[in-house]
Amino acid sequence: MINYSIEKEYEGMVEAYQKAGGDRDSLLGGGTARLVIHGNKVLDQNGVAGIKIETRKTEKGININLLIEEGAKITHPVHLCFGLLPKEGLQEITMKVVAQDNSEVSVVAHCVFPNAVKVIHKMDADITIGNNARFDYKETHYHGEFGGIEVIPRAAVKVGKGGVFQSNLTISQGRVGKLDYDFEVFCQEEAVAELVVKAYGKGVDDIKIWEKIHLDGAGARGLAKSRLVLSDKAKAEVKGETYGNAPFARGHVDCIELVNGTEAVAIAIPIVSVTDGRAKITHEAAIGSIDKKQVETLMARGLDESEAVDVIVKGILK
Amino acid sequence: MLEIQNLSLNLGGKSIICDLNLHINKSEIHGVLGKNGTGKSTLAFLIMGAGNYVPTAGRLIFENEDITSLSIFRRAQLGISLAWQEPARIEGLSVRDYLMLNGKPRGVKYVEDYLSVVGLEPGEYLDRDIDNTLSGGERKRIEMASILAMRPKLAILDEPDSGIDILALPSLLNAITEMNKQGSSVLLITHNEKVVEIAHCISVMCAGKILKTGEPGEMNLWFKENCQPCAHVNEPEKEGGKR
Repeated sequence: MINYSIEKEYEGMVEAYQKAGGDRDSLLGGGTARLVIHGNKVLDQNGVAGIKIETRKTEKGININLLIEEGAKITHPVHLCFGLLPKEGLQEITMKVVAQDNSEVSVVAHCVFPNAVKVIHKMDADITIGNNARFDYKETHYHGEFGGIEVIPRAAVKVGKGGVFQSNLTISQGRVGKLDYDFEVFCQEEAVAELVVKAYGKGVDDIKIWEKIHLDGAGARGLAKSRLVLSDKAKAEVKGETYGNAPFARGHVDCIELVNGTEAVAIAIPIVSVTDGRAKITHEAAIGSIDKKQVETLMARGLDESEAVDVIVKGILK
Repeated sequence: MLEIQNLSLNLGGKSIICDLNLHINKSEIHGVLGKNGTGKSTLAFLIMGAGNYVPTAGRLIFENEDITSLSIFRRAQLGISLAWQEPARIEGLSVRDYLMLNGKPRGVKYVEDYLSVVGLEPGEYLDRDIDNTLSGGERKRIEMASILAMRPKLAILDEPDSGIDILALPSLLNAITEMNKQGSSVLLITHNEKVVEIAHCISVMCAGKILKTGEPGEMNLWFKENCQPCAHVNEPEKEGGKR
Protein backbone atom coordinates (compact mmCIF):
# COMPACT_ATOMS: atom_id res chain seq x y z
CA MET A 1 0.00 0.00 0.00
CA ILE A 2 1.31 3.44 -0.92
CA ASN A 3 1.98 5.79 1.98
CA TYR A 4 0.57 9.26 1.49
CA SER A 5 1.54 12.38 3.38
CA ILE A 6 -1.35 14.46 4.75
CA GLU A 7 -0.69 17.18 2.16
CA LYS A 8 -0.53 14.68 -0.67
CA GLU A 9 -3.66 12.96 0.57
CA TYR A 10 -5.49 16.28 0.73
CA GLU A 11 -4.33 17.33 -2.71
CA GLY A 12 -5.24 13.91 -4.11
CA MET A 13 -8.69 14.05 -2.55
CA VAL A 14 -9.34 17.56 -3.85
CA GLU A 15 -8.25 16.51 -7.31
CA ALA A 16 -10.54 13.47 -7.23
CA TYR A 17 -13.31 15.66 -5.80
CA GLN A 18 -13.02 17.91 -8.84
CA LYS A 19 -13.10 14.90 -11.17
CA ALA A 20 -16.33 13.84 -9.51
CA GLY A 21 -17.83 17.23 -10.32
CA GLY A 22 -17.06 18.98 -7.04
CA ASP A 23 -16.10 22.63 -6.84
CA ARG A 24 -12.56 22.97 -5.46
CA ASP A 25 -13.32 26.41 -4.04
CA SER A 26 -16.06 24.96 -1.86
CA LEU A 27 -13.39 23.06 0.06
CA LEU A 28 -11.40 26.21 0.72
CA GLY A 29 -12.20 29.31 2.72
CA GLY A 30 -14.08 29.64 5.95
CA GLY A 31 -17.59 30.44 4.83
CA THR A 32 -18.84 26.90 4.30
CA ALA A 33 -19.12 23.87 6.54
CA ARG A 34 -17.08 20.96 5.23
CA LEU A 35 -15.49 17.67 6.06
CA VAL A 36 -12.80 15.89 4.05
CA ILE A 37 -12.02 12.28 5.00
CA HIS A 38 -9.42 10.03 3.45
CA GLY A 39 -9.69 6.46 4.71
CA ASN A 40 -9.92 6.91 8.46
CA LYS A 41 -8.23 10.33 8.56
CA VAL A 42 -10.01 13.64 8.79
CA LEU A 43 -7.99 15.91 6.50
CA ASP A 44 -10.12 18.99 6.91
CA GLN A 45 -13.11 19.99 9.00
CA ASN A 46 -14.94 23.27 9.28
CA GLY A 47 -18.20 24.14 10.95
CA VAL A 48 -20.36 27.22 10.67
CA ALA A 49 -22.91 28.76 13.01
CA GLY A 50 -25.90 26.44 13.40
CA ILE A 51 -23.98 23.24 12.57
CA LYS A 52 -21.94 21.01 14.83
CA ILE A 53 -19.69 18.40 13.28
CA GLU A 54 -17.98 15.84 15.49
CA THR A 55 -15.74 13.07 14.22
CA ARG A 56 -14.16 10.03 15.84
CA LYS A 57 -11.58 7.86 14.16
CA THR A 58 -12.18 4.11 14.06
CA GLU A 59 -9.95 1.33 12.80
CA LYS A 60 -11.31 1.44 9.26
CA GLY A 61 -13.12 4.74 9.03
CA ILE A 62 -14.76 7.61 10.83
CA ASN A 63 -17.85 8.04 12.99
CA ILE A 64 -19.53 11.36 12.27
CA ASN A 65 -22.12 13.26 14.28
CA LEU A 66 -23.76 16.05 12.32
CA LEU A 67 -26.17 18.29 14.18
CA ILE A 68 -28.17 21.09 12.59
CA GLU A 69 -29.50 23.20 15.42
CA GLU A 70 -33.13 24.07 15.89
CA GLY A 71 -34.28 26.84 13.59
CA ALA A 72 -30.90 27.12 11.84
CA LYS A 73 -31.19 27.94 8.15
CA ILE A 74 -27.82 27.13 6.65
CA THR A 75 -27.32 29.35 3.62
CA HIS A 76 -24.45 27.54 1.88
CA PRO A 77 -24.39 23.79 1.27
CA VAL A 78 -22.34 21.65 3.62
CA HIS A 79 -19.61 19.90 1.61
CA LEU A 80 -18.56 16.37 2.46
CA CYS A 81 -15.77 14.55 0.67
CA PHE A 82 -15.10 10.91 1.49
CA GLY A 83 -12.71 8.65 -0.31
CA LEU A 84 -9.71 6.44 -0.59
CA LEU A 85 -6.83 7.04 -2.96
CA PRO A 86 -4.98 3.67 -2.83
CA LYS A 87 -6.03 0.81 -5.08
CA GLU A 88 -7.07 -1.36 -2.15
CA GLY A 89 -8.70 -0.74 1.17
CA LEU A 90 -11.82 -0.47 3.29
CA GLN A 91 -13.55 2.70 4.41
CA GLU A 92 -16.42 2.57 6.90
CA ILE A 93 -18.34 5.76 7.53
CA THR A 94 -20.91 5.76 10.28
CA MET A 95 -22.99 8.89 10.29
CA LYS A 96 -25.54 10.14 12.76
CA VAL A 97 -27.45 13.14 11.51
CA VAL A 98 -29.95 15.16 13.48
CA ALA A 99 -31.69 18.09 11.80
CA GLN A 100 -33.60 19.69 14.63
CA ASP A 101 -37.05 21.22 14.28
CA ASN A 102 -37.43 24.03 11.73
CA SER A 103 -33.85 23.75 10.52
CA GLU A 104 -32.82 23.74 6.87
CA VAL A 105 -29.66 22.43 5.31
CA SER A 106 -28.37 21.16 2.01
CA VAL A 107 -25.51 18.65 2.02
CA VAL A 108 -23.38 17.97 -1.05
CA ALA A 109 -21.29 14.83 -0.71
CA HIS A 110 -18.65 13.53 -3.09
CA CYS A 111 -17.33 10.02 -2.62
CA VAL A 112 -14.13 9.53 -4.59
CA PHE A 113 -12.21 6.31 -5.22
CA PRO A 114 -10.34 7.17 -8.41
CA ASN A 115 -7.86 4.28 -8.32
CA ALA A 116 -10.09 1.57 -6.84
CA VAL A 117 -9.14 -1.97 -7.79
CA LYS A 118 -10.19 -3.72 -4.58
CA VAL A 119 -11.93 -1.17 -2.39
CA ILE A 120 -14.95 -1.41 -0.12
CA HIS A 121 -16.82 1.72 0.96
CA LYS A 122 -19.52 1.26 3.58
CA MET A 123 -21.75 4.03 4.79
CA ASP A 124 -24.26 3.56 7.58
CA ALA A 125 -26.43 6.57 8.29
CA ASP A 126 -28.97 7.16 10.99
CA ILE A 127 -30.83 10.33 10.08
CA THR A 128 -33.49 12.14 12.07
CA ILE A 129 -35.28 15.08 10.50
CA GLY A 130 -37.24 17.19 12.99
CA ASN A 131 -40.66 18.71 12.61
CA ASN A 132 -40.79 21.15 9.69
CA ALA A 133 -37.08 20.67 9.09
CA ARG A 134 -35.58 20.23 5.65
CA PHE A 135 -32.58 18.09 4.79
CA ASP A 136 -31.38 17.80 1.18
CA TYR A 137 -28.64 15.28 0.58
CA LYS A 138 -26.96 15.09 -2.80
CA GLU A 139 -24.24 12.49 -3.23
CA THR A 140 -22.06 12.01 -6.31
CA HIS A 141 -19.56 9.19 -6.67
CA TYR A 142 -16.46 8.80 -8.79
CA HIS A 143 -14.95 5.33 -8.79
CA GLY A 144 -12.41 5.54 -11.62
CA GLU A 145 -12.32 3.26 -14.64
CA PHE A 146 -11.39 -0.11 -13.10
CA GLY A 147 -14.70 -0.96 -11.46
CA GLY A 148 -12.91 -2.59 -8.55
CA ILE A 149 -15.09 -1.17 -5.83
CA GLU A 150 -17.94 -2.29 -3.65
CA VAL A 151 -20.14 0.51 -2.34
CA ILE A 152 -22.63 -0.28 0.40
CA PRO A 153 -24.69 2.74 1.47
CA ARG A 154 -27.35 2.15 4.13
CA ALA A 155 -29.63 4.72 5.69
CA ALA A 156 -32.49 4.66 8.15
CA VAL A 157 -34.32 7.97 8.09
CA LYS A 158 -37.10 9.33 10.30
CA VAL A 159 -38.88 12.45 9.07
CA GLY A 160 -40.94 14.42 11.59
CA LYS A 161 -44.21 16.25 10.99
CA GLY A 162 -43.98 18.52 7.99
CA GLY A 163 -40.32 17.67 7.51
CA VAL A 164 -38.66 17.13 4.14
CA PHE A 165 -35.92 14.61 3.30
CA GLN A 166 -34.48 14.50 -0.20
CA SER A 167 -31.69 12.18 -1.18
CA ASN A 168 -30.08 12.01 -4.61
CA LEU A 169 -27.28 9.58 -5.40
CA THR A 170 -25.55 9.79 -8.79
CA ILE A 171 -22.83 7.52 -10.21
CA SER A 172 -22.61 8.47 -13.86
CA GLN A 173 -18.89 8.96 -14.44
CA GLY A 174 -16.43 6.10 -14.58
CA ARG A 175 -17.46 2.65 -13.42
CA VAL A 176 -20.00 1.85 -10.75
CA GLY A 177 -18.41 -1.43 -9.62
CA LYS A 178 -20.69 -3.18 -7.16
CA LEU A 179 -23.39 -1.04 -5.59
CA ASP A 180 -25.68 -2.32 -2.86
CA TYR A 181 -27.90 0.61 -1.88
CA ASP A 182 -30.49 0.29 0.87
CA PHE A 183 -32.36 3.37 2.13
CA GLU A 184 -35.47 3.22 4.31
CA VAL A 185 -37.51 6.28 5.29
CA PHE A 186 -40.36 6.62 7.80
CA CYS A 187 -42.55 9.69 7.33
CA GLN A 188 -44.82 11.25 9.91
CA GLU A 189 -47.78 13.54 9.27
CA GLU A 190 -47.37 15.79 6.18
CA ALA A 191 -43.73 14.75 5.86
CA VAL A 192 -42.09 14.40 2.44
CA ALA A 193 -39.47 11.88 1.37
CA GLU A 194 -37.80 11.69 -2.01
CA LEU A 195 -35.22 9.04 -2.83
CA VAL A 196 -33.49 9.27 -6.19
CA VAL A 197 -30.73 7.03 -7.52
CA LYS A 198 -29.09 7.51 -10.92
CA ALA A 199 -26.35 5.27 -12.21
CA TYR A 200 -24.64 4.30 -15.43
CA GLY A 201 -23.52 0.67 -15.28
CA LYS A 202 -20.79 -0.52 -17.63
CA GLY A 203 -18.49 -3.51 -17.95
CA VAL A 204 -19.60 -6.07 -15.37
CA ASP A 205 -21.00 -3.52 -12.91
CA ASP A 206 -23.52 -5.01 -10.52
CA ILE A 207 -26.15 -2.64 -9.14
CA LYS A 208 -28.71 -3.36 -6.42
CA ILE A 209 -31.02 -0.62 -5.29
CA TRP A 210 -33.58 -0.94 -2.55
CA GLU A 211 -35.65 2.14 -1.75
CA LYS A 212 -38.29 1.87 0.97
CA ILE A 213 -40.66 4.61 2.02
CA HIS A 214 -43.21 4.22 4.82
CA LEU A 215 -45.87 6.90 4.77
CA ASP A 216 -47.07 6.52 8.35
CA GLY A 217 -48.55 9.97 8.97
CA ALA A 218 -51.64 11.54 7.44
CA GLY A 219 -50.87 13.46 4.26
CA ALA A 220 -47.30 12.16 4.05
CA ARG A 221 -45.81 12.01 0.56
CA GLY A 222 -43.06 9.90 -0.94
CA LEU A 223 -41.25 9.33 -4.20
CA ALA A 224 -38.86 6.46 -4.88
CA LYS A 225 -37.22 7.22 -8.21
CA SER A 226 -34.45 5.45 -10.08
CA ARG A 227 -32.82 6.06 -13.43
CA LEU A 228 -30.35 3.50 -14.69
CA VAL A 229 -28.51 3.05 -17.95
CA LEU A 230 -26.79 -0.28 -18.50
CA SER A 231 -24.20 -1.14 -21.13
CA ASP A 232 -21.91 -4.12 -21.81
CA LYS A 233 -22.58 -6.90 -19.26
CA ALA A 234 -23.79 -4.66 -16.46
CA LYS A 235 -26.77 -5.80 -14.43
CA ALA A 236 -29.16 -4.03 -12.12
CA GLU A 237 -32.01 -4.91 -9.82
CA VAL A 238 -34.16 -2.11 -8.49
CA LYS A 239 -36.68 -2.59 -5.72
CA GLY A 240 -38.88 0.38 -4.97
CA GLU A 241 -41.25 -0.07 -2.05
CA THR A 242 -43.80 2.41 -0.82
CA TYR A 243 -46.33 1.84 1.96
CA GLY A 244 -49.35 4.06 2.41
CA ASN A 245 -50.29 3.52 6.04
CA ALA A 246 -52.22 6.69 6.80
CA PRO A 247 -55.09 8.78 5.45
CA PHE A 248 -54.29 10.82 2.35
CA ALA A 249 -50.75 9.53 2.12
CA ARG A 250 -49.50 9.79 -1.47
CA GLY A 251 -46.62 7.83 -2.86
CA HIS A 252 -45.10 6.98 -6.21
CA VAL A 253 -42.46 4.52 -7.36
CA ASP A 254 -40.83 5.54 -10.63
CA CYS A 255 -38.17 3.38 -12.24
CA ILE A 256 -36.64 3.65 -15.71
CA GLU A 257 -33.85 1.34 -16.80
CA LEU A 258 -32.33 1.71 -20.27
CA VAL A 259 -30.47 -1.27 -21.63
CA ASN A 260 -27.89 -0.48 -24.30
CA GLY A 261 -26.80 -3.63 -26.10
CA THR A 262 -27.74 -7.28 -25.79
CA GLU A 263 -25.84 -8.48 -22.75
CA ALA A 264 -26.85 -6.09 -19.98
CA VAL A 265 -29.64 -7.21 -17.64
CA ALA A 266 -32.22 -5.02 -15.89
CA ILE A 267 -34.81 -6.02 -13.31
CA ALA A 268 -37.35 -3.74 -11.66
CA ILE A 269 -39.53 -4.79 -8.73
CA PRO A 270 -41.98 -2.13 -7.61
CA ILE A 271 -43.86 -2.95 -4.42
CA VAL A 272 -46.76 -0.78 -3.38
CA SER A 273 -48.94 -1.36 -0.37
CA VAL A 274 -51.86 0.50 1.14
CA THR A 275 -53.26 -0.19 4.60
CA ASP A 276 -55.56 2.84 4.70
CA GLY A 277 -58.25 3.16 2.06
CA ARG A 278 -57.71 6.91 1.79
CA ALA A 279 -54.06 6.54 0.82
CA LYS A 280 -52.95 6.28 -2.79
CA ILE A 281 -49.73 4.76 -4.05
CA THR A 282 -48.83 4.46 -7.73
CA HIS A 283 -45.92 3.00 -9.60
CA GLU A 284 -44.42 2.95 -13.07
CA ALA A 285 -41.47 0.94 -14.25
CA ALA A 286 -40.08 0.95 -17.75
CA ILE A 287 -37.23 -1.19 -18.97
CA GLY A 288 -36.08 -1.13 -22.53
CA SER A 289 -33.59 -0.09 -25.09
CA ILE A 290 -32.82 3.52 -25.85
CA ASP A 291 -35.79 4.96 -27.68
CA LYS A 292 -35.17 4.84 -31.42
CA LYS A 293 -37.29 7.92 -32.07
CA GLN A 294 -35.28 9.96 -29.57
CA VAL A 295 -32.07 8.88 -31.31
CA GLU A 296 -33.47 9.71 -34.75
CA THR A 297 -34.72 13.09 -33.56
CA LEU A 298 -31.24 14.04 -32.39
CA MET A 299 -29.63 12.61 -35.53
CA ALA A 300 -31.96 14.76 -37.62
CA ARG A 301 -30.47 17.72 -35.73
CA GLY A 302 -26.98 16.76 -36.88
CA LEU A 303 -25.66 14.41 -34.18
CA ASP A 304 -24.20 11.04 -35.10
CA GLU A 305 -25.68 7.97 -33.42
CA SER A 306 -23.19 7.73 -30.56
CA GLU A 307 -23.50 11.46 -29.82
CA ALA A 308 -27.28 11.10 -29.81
CA VAL A 309 -27.15 8.16 -27.37
CA ASP A 310 -24.77 10.14 -25.19
CA VAL A 311 -27.19 13.10 -25.01
CA ILE A 312 -30.05 10.76 -24.06
CA VAL A 313 -28.01 8.97 -21.39
CA LYS A 314 -26.75 12.23 -19.91
CA GLY A 315 -30.31 13.54 -19.84
CA ILE A 316 -31.72 10.58 -18.00
CA LEU A 317 -28.91 10.69 -15.46
CA LYS A 318 -29.03 14.48 -15.03
CA MET B 1 -33.21 20.96 -54.72
CA LEU B 2 -34.89 17.62 -53.98
CA GLU B 3 -35.90 15.23 -56.72
CA ILE B 4 -37.88 12.17 -55.73
CA GLN B 5 -37.85 9.66 -58.54
CA ASN B 6 -40.21 6.69 -58.79
CA LEU B 7 -40.14 6.10 -55.05
CA SER B 8 -41.93 3.00 -53.76
CA LEU B 9 -42.23 1.35 -50.38
CA ASN B 10 -43.96 -1.95 -49.75
CA LEU B 11 -44.53 -3.12 -46.20
CA GLY B 12 -46.01 -6.51 -45.36
CA GLY B 13 -47.13 -7.01 -48.92
CA LYS B 14 -48.92 -3.65 -48.97
CA SER B 15 -47.92 -0.73 -51.13
CA ILE B 16 -47.45 2.35 -48.90
CA ILE B 17 -45.63 4.62 -51.34
CA CYS B 18 -46.29 3.84 -54.97
CA ASP B 19 -44.02 5.09 -57.75
CA LEU B 20 -44.03 8.58 -56.30
CA ASN B 21 -42.41 11.49 -58.12
CA LEU B 22 -41.95 14.92 -56.60
CA HIS B 23 -39.74 17.91 -57.28
CA ILE B 24 -39.03 20.55 -54.65
CA ASN B 25 -37.36 23.73 -55.78
CA LYS B 26 -34.85 25.76 -53.86
CA SER B 27 -36.40 28.48 -51.63
CA GLU B 28 -39.95 27.27 -52.07
CA ILE B 29 -42.56 26.19 -49.56
CA HIS B 30 -43.96 23.06 -51.12
CA GLY B 31 -47.15 21.74 -49.59
CA VAL B 32 -48.10 18.07 -49.65
CA LEU B 33 -51.82 17.90 -48.99
CA GLY B 34 -53.63 14.67 -48.31
CA LYS B 35 -56.13 12.99 -46.06
CA ASN B 36 -55.06 10.82 -43.12
CA GLY B 37 -53.44 7.53 -44.03
CA THR B 38 -52.31 8.47 -47.50
CA GLY B 39 -48.59 7.94 -46.77
CA LYS B 40 -47.55 11.54 -46.07
CA SER B 41 -45.62 10.81 -42.87
CA THR B 42 -44.00 7.77 -44.46
CA LEU B 43 -42.82 10.01 -47.27
CA ALA B 44 -41.33 12.40 -44.69
CA PHE B 45 -39.54 9.49 -43.01
CA LEU B 46 -38.20 8.22 -46.33
CA ILE B 47 -36.77 11.62 -47.21
CA MET B 48 -35.15 11.95 -43.77
CA GLY B 49 -34.03 8.30 -43.65
CA ALA B 50 -35.92 7.69 -40.41
CA GLY B 51 -38.13 4.89 -39.14
CA ASN B 52 -36.02 2.05 -40.57
CA TYR B 53 -37.83 2.38 -43.89
CA VAL B 54 -35.87 1.23 -46.93
CA PRO B 55 -37.41 2.15 -50.28
CA THR B 56 -38.44 -0.82 -52.38
CA ALA B 57 -37.60 1.19 -55.50
CA GLY B 58 -36.71 4.70 -56.60
CA ARG B 59 -34.18 7.35 -55.73
CA LEU B 60 -33.89 10.51 -53.69
CA ILE B 61 -31.61 13.12 -55.22
CA PHE B 62 -30.71 16.10 -53.02
CA GLU B 63 -28.65 18.85 -54.62
CA ASN B 64 -27.50 16.41 -57.30
CA GLU B 65 -26.39 13.80 -54.74
CA ASP B 66 -28.11 10.43 -54.41
CA ILE B 67 -29.06 10.26 -50.73
CA THR B 68 -31.28 7.17 -50.95
CA SER B 69 -29.01 5.02 -48.81
CA LEU B 70 -27.49 7.66 -46.55
CA SER B 71 -28.04 7.67 -42.76
CA ILE B 72 -30.17 10.31 -41.04
CA PHE B 73 -27.00 11.88 -39.71
CA ARG B 74 -25.47 12.23 -43.18
CA ARG B 75 -28.70 13.67 -44.56
CA ALA B 76 -28.81 16.15 -41.67
CA GLN B 77 -25.21 17.09 -42.43
CA LEU B 78 -26.21 17.78 -46.02
CA GLY B 79 -28.88 20.16 -44.73
CA ILE B 80 -32.09 18.16 -44.36
CA SER B 81 -34.08 18.10 -41.14
CA LEU B 82 -37.47 16.87 -39.99
CA ALA B 83 -39.99 18.18 -37.49
CA TRP B 84 -41.91 15.09 -36.38
CA GLN B 85 -45.69 15.03 -36.20
CA GLU B 86 -45.36 13.74 -32.64
CA PRO B 87 -41.97 14.97 -31.45
CA ALA B 88 -39.94 12.79 -29.11
CA ARG B 89 -39.74 13.74 -25.46
CA ILE B 90 -36.31 13.47 -23.91
CA GLU B 91 -35.92 13.51 -20.14
CA GLY B 92 -33.17 15.77 -18.85
CA LEU B 93 -32.61 17.66 -22.13
CA SER B 94 -33.42 21.32 -21.70
CA VAL B 95 -35.10 23.43 -24.37
CA ARG B 96 -31.97 25.60 -24.43
CA ASP B 97 -29.69 22.61 -25.08
CA TYR B 98 -32.09 21.13 -27.63
CA LEU B 99 -32.15 24.35 -29.63
CA MET B 100 -28.36 24.59 -29.52
CA LEU B 101 -27.70 20.98 -30.53
CA ASN B 102 -26.91 21.68 -34.10
CA GLY B 103 -23.36 22.83 -33.48
CA LYS B 104 -23.92 26.21 -35.08
CA PRO B 105 -23.55 28.35 -31.98
CA ARG B 106 -25.04 31.73 -32.67
CA GLY B 107 -25.68 32.48 -29.01
CA VAL B 108 -28.54 32.35 -26.60
CA LYS B 109 -30.09 35.50 -28.03
CA TYR B 110 -30.89 33.64 -31.25
CA VAL B 111 -32.37 30.75 -29.32
CA GLU B 112 -34.58 33.19 -27.45
CA ASP B 113 -35.64 34.79 -30.72
CA TYR B 114 -36.63 31.41 -32.18
CA LEU B 115 -38.83 30.68 -29.19
CA SER B 116 -40.46 34.08 -29.55
CA VAL B 117 -41.16 33.44 -33.24
CA VAL B 118 -43.18 30.33 -32.31
CA GLY B 119 -45.03 32.27 -29.61
CA LEU B 120 -43.27 30.94 -26.52
CA GLU B 121 -41.86 33.17 -23.79
CA PRO B 122 -38.10 32.34 -23.62
CA GLY B 123 -37.84 33.02 -19.89
CA GLU B 124 -40.51 30.43 -19.18
CA TYR B 125 -39.19 27.70 -21.44
CA LEU B 126 -35.41 27.80 -21.87
CA ASP B 127 -34.65 25.84 -18.70
CA ARG B 128 -37.52 23.40 -18.98
CA ASP B 129 -36.87 19.91 -20.26
CA ILE B 130 -38.43 18.61 -23.49
CA ASP B 131 -40.08 15.83 -21.51
CA ASN B 132 -43.67 14.95 -20.70
CA THR B 133 -44.13 18.04 -18.54
CA LEU B 134 -44.72 19.97 -21.77
CA SER B 135 -48.10 19.87 -23.45
CA GLY B 136 -48.36 18.50 -26.98
CA GLY B 137 -48.76 22.00 -28.40
CA GLU B 138 -45.76 23.37 -26.48
CA ARG B 139 -43.60 20.49 -27.64
CA LYS B 140 -44.69 21.03 -31.26
CA ARG B 141 -43.78 24.69 -31.10
CA ILE B 142 -40.37 23.88 -29.60
CA GLU B 143 -39.87 21.42 -32.46
CA MET B 144 -40.51 24.25 -34.90
CA ALA B 145 -38.09 26.52 -33.00
CA SER B 146 -35.43 23.80 -33.19
CA ILE B 147 -35.80 23.67 -36.98
CA LEU B 148 -35.50 27.45 -37.10
CA ALA B 149 -32.33 27.21 -35.02
CA MET B 150 -30.90 24.56 -37.30
CA ARG B 151 -31.46 26.58 -40.47
CA PRO B 152 -31.56 23.52 -42.72
CA LYS B 153 -31.49 23.76 -46.48
CA LEU B 154 -34.64 21.63 -46.54
CA ALA B 155 -37.06 21.52 -43.61
CA ILE B 156 -39.61 18.70 -43.65
CA LEU B 157 -42.55 19.65 -41.46
CA ASP B 158 -44.89 16.75 -40.77
CA GLU B 159 -48.35 18.02 -39.79
CA PRO B 160 -46.92 21.07 -37.96
CA ASP B 161 -50.40 22.24 -36.99
CA SER B 162 -51.57 19.05 -35.28
CA GLY B 163 -52.06 19.62 -31.54
CA ILE B 164 -51.75 23.39 -32.01
CA ASP B 165 -54.69 25.46 -30.78
CA ILE B 166 -56.30 27.93 -33.12
CA LEU B 167 -54.85 30.95 -31.31
CA ALA B 168 -51.31 29.63 -31.70
CA LEU B 169 -51.71 28.80 -35.39
CA PRO B 170 -50.69 32.27 -36.67
CA SER B 171 -47.37 32.13 -34.81
CA LEU B 172 -46.75 28.68 -36.25
CA LEU B 173 -47.44 29.85 -39.79
CA ASN B 174 -45.24 32.85 -39.10
CA ALA B 175 -42.45 30.47 -38.04
CA ILE B 176 -42.73 28.56 -41.32
CA THR B 177 -42.62 31.78 -43.33
CA GLU B 178 -39.65 32.95 -41.24
CA MET B 179 -37.91 29.65 -41.88
CA ASN B 180 -38.36 30.16 -45.59
CA LYS B 181 -37.09 33.76 -45.36
CA GLN B 182 -33.98 32.46 -43.57
CA GLY B 183 -33.26 30.48 -46.72
CA SER B 184 -34.77 27.08 -45.98
CA SER B 185 -36.87 25.29 -48.53
CA VAL B 186 -39.86 23.78 -46.77
CA LEU B 187 -41.76 20.57 -47.43
CA LEU B 188 -45.01 21.27 -45.63
CA ILE B 189 -46.98 18.06 -45.06
CA THR B 190 -50.54 18.52 -43.86
CA HIS B 191 -54.17 17.53 -44.24
CA ASN B 192 -55.24 21.10 -43.47
CA GLU B 193 -55.96 23.23 -46.54
CA LYS B 194 -55.76 26.43 -44.42
CA VAL B 195 -52.21 25.71 -43.33
CA VAL B 196 -51.06 24.89 -46.83
CA GLU B 197 -52.23 28.30 -48.11
CA ILE B 198 -48.79 29.71 -47.23
CA ALA B 199 -47.16 27.32 -49.73
CA HIS B 200 -45.87 28.44 -53.11
CA CYS B 201 -46.85 25.16 -54.66
CA ILE B 202 -49.03 22.22 -53.56
CA SER B 203 -49.00 18.54 -54.42
CA VAL B 204 -52.05 16.48 -53.55
CA MET B 205 -51.26 13.00 -52.28
CA CYS B 206 -53.39 9.88 -52.09
CA ALA B 207 -52.62 6.16 -51.85
CA GLY B 208 -48.89 6.79 -51.71
CA LYS B 209 -48.89 8.79 -54.93
CA ILE B 210 -48.80 12.42 -55.93
CA LEU B 211 -52.03 12.95 -57.85
CA LYS B 212 -51.57 16.50 -58.96
CA THR B 213 -49.26 19.50 -58.44
CA GLY B 214 -50.07 23.15 -58.98
CA GLU B 215 -50.77 26.62 -57.62
CA PRO B 216 -52.17 26.78 -54.06
CA GLY B 217 -55.57 28.26 -55.00
CA GLU B 218 -56.16 25.78 -57.77
CA MET B 219 -54.94 22.78 -55.79
CA ASN B 220 -56.88 23.64 -52.65
CA LEU B 221 -60.04 23.82 -54.74
CA TRP B 222 -59.19 20.55 -56.46
CA PHE B 223 -58.59 18.89 -53.06
CA LYS B 224 -61.91 20.18 -51.71
CA GLU B 225 -63.83 19.00 -54.75
CA ASN B 226 -62.12 15.66 -55.28
CA CYS B 227 -60.49 14.41 -52.10
CA GLN B 228 -62.66 15.68 -49.29
CA PRO B 229 -65.84 13.96 -50.45
CA CYS B 230 -63.97 10.90 -51.69
CA ALA B 231 -64.81 7.63 -49.98
CA HIS B 232 -61.94 5.85 -51.68
CA VAL B 233 -59.16 6.96 -49.38
CA ASN B 234 -55.96 5.34 -50.56
CA GLU B 235 -57.78 3.62 -53.39
CA PRO B 236 -58.25 6.28 -56.08
CA GLU B 237 -60.61 5.08 -58.74
CA LYS B 238 -58.73 6.86 -61.41
CA GLU B 239 -55.16 7.95 -60.92
CA GLY B 240 -54.67 11.69 -61.12
CA GLY B 241 -58.19 12.38 -62.25
CA LYS B 242 -61.54 13.39 -60.90
CA ARG B 243 -63.29 10.66 -58.97
